[in-house]
Amino acid sequence: MATNAFAGGYRVALQGQKALGMGHTGVAMSDSSESVFFNPAAMAFLENDYDVTAGVTLIDSVIKYQNQAANVYAETDNPIGTPIGLYIAQRHDEKLSYGLGIYTPYGNTVEWEKDWAGSHLVNDIALHAIYIQPTISYKLSDDYSVGFGPTVVSGTVEFNRNLTTSLVDANGNRSNVTLKASGVTGIGYNIGFLIKPADDISVGISYRSKVELNANNESANFENVPTSMQTTYFDTTFNADLVLPAELTVGVSYNMSEDLVLALDVNRTYWSSYENLDVQFNSAAGTSYNPRNYNDANILRLGAQYQMGESLTLRAGVYFDNSPIGDGYYTPETARADSTGYTAGATYKISKRMELDFSFLQLVFDEFNGSYDHYDQSGTLISFGGDYVSSVTTIGFGLNYKY
Amino acid sequence: MMLMKNQIIKLAGVAMACAVVSACDADFDNPISGNTGDPGTADLSKFVTIGDSITAGYADNTLYLAGQENSYPAILAQQFAAVGGDSNFTQPLVSDNLGGLLINGTQVFDTRLVLDLTDPTSPSTVNIAGTPTIEAIGSGLNGTTFSNMGVPGAKSFHLGAAGYGNPLGLPDAANPYFTRFASDPATASIIGDAAVQAPSFYVMWIGNNDVLSYATSGGSGVDQLGNLNPATYGANDITDPTVFAGTYASLVGAFTAANPAVQGVLVNIPDVSTIPYFTTVPYNAVPLDQTNADALNAAYLGYNNGLLAAQGLGLIDAAEVAKRTITFVAGQNAVVIDVINDVDITNLTASLVPLPSYRQASAEDLLVLTTSSKIGTEMIPGNPATVWGLGVPLEDSDVLIPSEIAAIEAARTAFNATIQAAADADTSLILVDAEAIMQEIRDTGIDYGTGAINADYATGGAFSLDGVHPTARGYAVVANKIIEAINAGFGATIPAVNPGDYTTIFVQ
Repeated sequence: MATNAFAGGYRVALQGQKALGMGHTGVAMSDSSESVFFNPAAMAFLENDYDVTAGVTLIDSVIKYQNQAANVYAETDNPIGTPIGLYIAQRHDEKLSYGLGIYTPYGNTVEWEKDWAGSHLVNDIALHAIYIQPTISYKLSDDYSVGFGPTVVSGTVEFNRNLTTSLVDANGNRSNVTLKASGVTGIGYNIGFLIKPADDISVGISYRSKVELNANNESANFENVPTSMQTTYFDTTFNADLVLPAELTVGVSYNMSEDLVLALDVNRTYWSSYENLDVQFNSAAGTSYNPRNYNDANILRLGAQYQMGESLTLRAGVYFDNSPIGDGYYTPETARADSTGYTAGATYKISKRMELDFSFLQLVFDEFNGSYDHYDQSGTLISFGGDYVSSVTTIGFGLNYKY
Repeated sequence: MMLMKNQIIKLAGVAMACAVVSACDADFDNPISGNTGDPGTADLSKFVTIGDSITAGYADNTLYLAGQENSYPAILAQQFAAVGGDSNFTQPLVSDNLGGLLINGTQVFDTRLVLDLTDPTSPSTVNIAGTPTIEAIGSGLNGTTFSNMGVPGAKSFHLGAAGYGNPLGLPDAANPYFTRFASDPATASIIGDAAVQAPSFYVMWIGNNDVLSYATSGGSGVDQLGNLNPATYGANDITDPTVFAGTYASLVGAFTAANPAVQGVLVNIPDVSTIPYFTTVPYNAVPLDQTNADALNAAYLGYNNGLLAAQGLGLIDAAEVAKRTITFVAGQNAVVIDVINDVDITNLTASLVPLPSYRQASAEDLLVLTTSSKIGTEMIPGNPATVWGLGVPLEDSDVLIPSEIAAIEAARTAFNATIQAAADADTSLILVDAEAIMQEIRDTGIDYGTGAINADYATGGAFSLDGVHPTARGYAVVANKIIEAINAGFGATIPAVNPGDYTTIFVQ
C-alpha cells in the first residue's frame, strides 16, 4: 500500500469511490456504507440491512521542480499509490446500526532522485497510516441521527535525507540518514450528525479528531558518514511526533429530482496542529529541528449524481483545495499550491445486490514559486526554493454488496 | 435539468481523458529544460585562462584532481561548450586526490587538508594520509600547451618571466607547478604558453599573490613600493603598483598581439580581510581565570613599569603607554603580540630602557588562521609560563597589524585601478569585480536559490580548509558570477551551474 500527498499536506482524500465521483462530498449522503467514513450518523439511514463496500484507488502523481537561477530541474519518480477503503454497515434494528471502516486518509510517498538539489530536505519519504474504526449509528428520530466510531491508527514512515547540503564521506558519497518507524499507534474518533429537515434535503456534520503518532525508539540509520564523525553520527534510535490533523466537515445534499442529487461539503482541516517534524536522536547527534507551521485550510466540494436508467449512475464533481502551507515553508515533500480537483464517477449495477464503482480524479495545481527558509546548517538558515508544479491523476474501483 | 446532465457528462469526460491519456500532466509555464543558451557576441571558440592558484583550482592547501576538475575555468569551459564554445579545454591535471608535490622524488608540499571531527568540540585540520606522487619534473605534460594556464603561487610579474619553470631554479627561483606543464620548462613563460594558443576569449585573474603572500606571512615580507625591479623582491613582498601596472599592460597586450579580435574577462583582487584565513581567529580568544590572570599580570609588571620609565624619560607619551600596557583579567583576553614595523609603536629595544615591542592585540589586528593551533599551547612544552599569546607574545608572522593592512590595501587599490582601467580601455574586455563578490560572501553570504554559502571557516561552504582558496562550490559561485558578467557584457545567455552540485570541505 502506498499513497501520495495531495494539496493538503499529506491528507489523501480518496476514501470512497462514490463520494470521489462527486468531488469527495458525502457528509450529507446516506446511500452507501462509505458513510462509515464520511459521516457515521448517516449509517442509520442506509436503505439496506447489510452494506459492504471495498475500494482501491490508483494514484499517479508527480511534482516538478526547477530553479531558473541555478539552472536546476528535478521531478519525482513516485510509485503508483494504492489507498484502500473497506466499509461494512449492518442494521441492528430500526434505530441502531453498527459497522466497521478500514481506510487510509493520510499518506505520502514522494521519491526525488537521490542526492538531488533538495536532498538535504528530502530524498524520499513514505508515510502510511491505516485507520480502523468500529462504528455505531443511532437514529434519534425519523429525521435525526448520530454516529460515533473510535479510531485506532497504525502508522509507518520511512524517510531519507542527506545530513547537510554538502557532507560526503572519503569516497565522495553524500552522508544521509534513514528514519524508519513502523506500527506506531495512535487513537482518535469520528463523530457525526445527520438531519433531514425535509424529504429531499439532508444536512450532515462530521468531525474526525486529531491523531498523534508518537514514535519512540525507532530506528535511525546513518550512511556514508565520514570516519571522524562516526563518534557523533552512528546508527541509533529516534523519537518524533507526527500529527494527523483533525477535520470538520459540514455539508448538505439535495435530491433535486428522482434522478438527480446535488451535494456540497466544506472541509476544514486543522493543519495548524502540524507545527514541526522535529527528530530527536537518542545519541550525540542531538535533535533535528524542522519547523512546518501549517495553517488551517478549507476545501469546498461540489458534486452531482445522476441516475441514468435502471443500472447506471453517473457522477461528477469539483473541489477547491487551499494549501495549508505558508510562505517560506514549502518543503519538497509536500510542496504544493492551491489546487482544483475535477472528478467523475459511475456505478454499474450488476445485480440487485452487487454494484461496481468507478472514479476518476484529475487534480490541477497552480504553478508557484516557493521556498523553505527554515533549514538550519551550522547556525545559518539556508533557503531552498524554486518553481513547483504538480499533478495528480487517480482511477478508483470499488465493489459494493448489499441486501 | 438537461443542462445539468450534460455538464456532468462533460466533466466526467474531461476527467477520464486526463486519466487515460495524461494530457493534463502539469508543466511549467517557462520550463528551463530545453534552454540551450546563446553566446551572444562572445567568440568562445578558443578559450584560455591565466592566473594563479585560484585559476588552477587549488583548494585545501594543495592542487589535487577534484579541485582542478571543479576549477572555475573548467566550469566556465563546460558551460561555454554547452552554447557551442570551445569543447577542447585542457588542464594540466594531476593524477590523484591526495595532492602534495614532489621534486625529483622529494616531497616539497603536503597532501590536501581534511577536517578531523573525532572530538566535535575541537575540530582540527590534518593532511590526508598518503604519499604524494605528483611530480614536478618529468611529468610527461611538457611539450604542449594547456588551456588553463593557472599556476599556483604566481604573481603578476611571474607570468611574463621566461624560464619560470626552469628545473635548475627549483625549489626557490622557479615554480615547480609551472615546471610540471610548461611547454619548455627551461625557457617558456606562462603568458607565452597562453598567448601562443591565440585564444578568442580569455579570463585573466592575476595579482592576488602580489599582496596575498605578504598577508599570509603576517606581513613578514617587505612593501616594495618604489622598487621597480621585481627580480630583487622576496617571496613575501608586496609588488610595487607601477611594476604591476606595467606587467598587466604587457599581459593584456600579449593576448591582443596574438589575436587582435580577442575578447576577455579581467578579474580584480579581493580584500584579504574577506578570507577566513584572517577572520577566523579572534584577537581576544584567550579565557583566563583570576589566578592565571594575576600570575600573568605579575609577569608583565616589569614591562609595564618599564613603559612608565620610558614615559618619564620622554621616549614615549601617555597614549603609547596606555596602548602598550599589558593587563589580563578573568574572562576573555586579548593575546599579547610582538610588534615590529608598527608605525604607531616606538622601538625602545636600544633605548635607555630597553623594552621589547609588545602590546596586546586589538580588533584592528588580523590573526592568521594558523595561530588557532598555536595560541594557548606552550612554546617550551611543560613550561606553563611559555604559553603562546600569554607569557610568550605571538610573533610578527602571526599577525597583520594595521600598518601592514594599510600597505596591502594601498597596493591592492592601485592594482584594481589598473585592472579597471585595462577593462575600460578595451571594449572587448569586461571586468568581474571579485572584490565585491568576496565582500558579499563575507558580509551576507550568497544565496543561490538551492542553498547558500558564506565565509565562515569550515562551515560556510565558500572556502576550503586552507582558509584562502574557495571550495568547488565557492568556485562554482565565482564561475556563475563570471557567466553573469559575460551574459551582460556580450549579450549572451550562457546557463549557470547549480553550486549545490559541487562539494565543499572534506571530513576524514
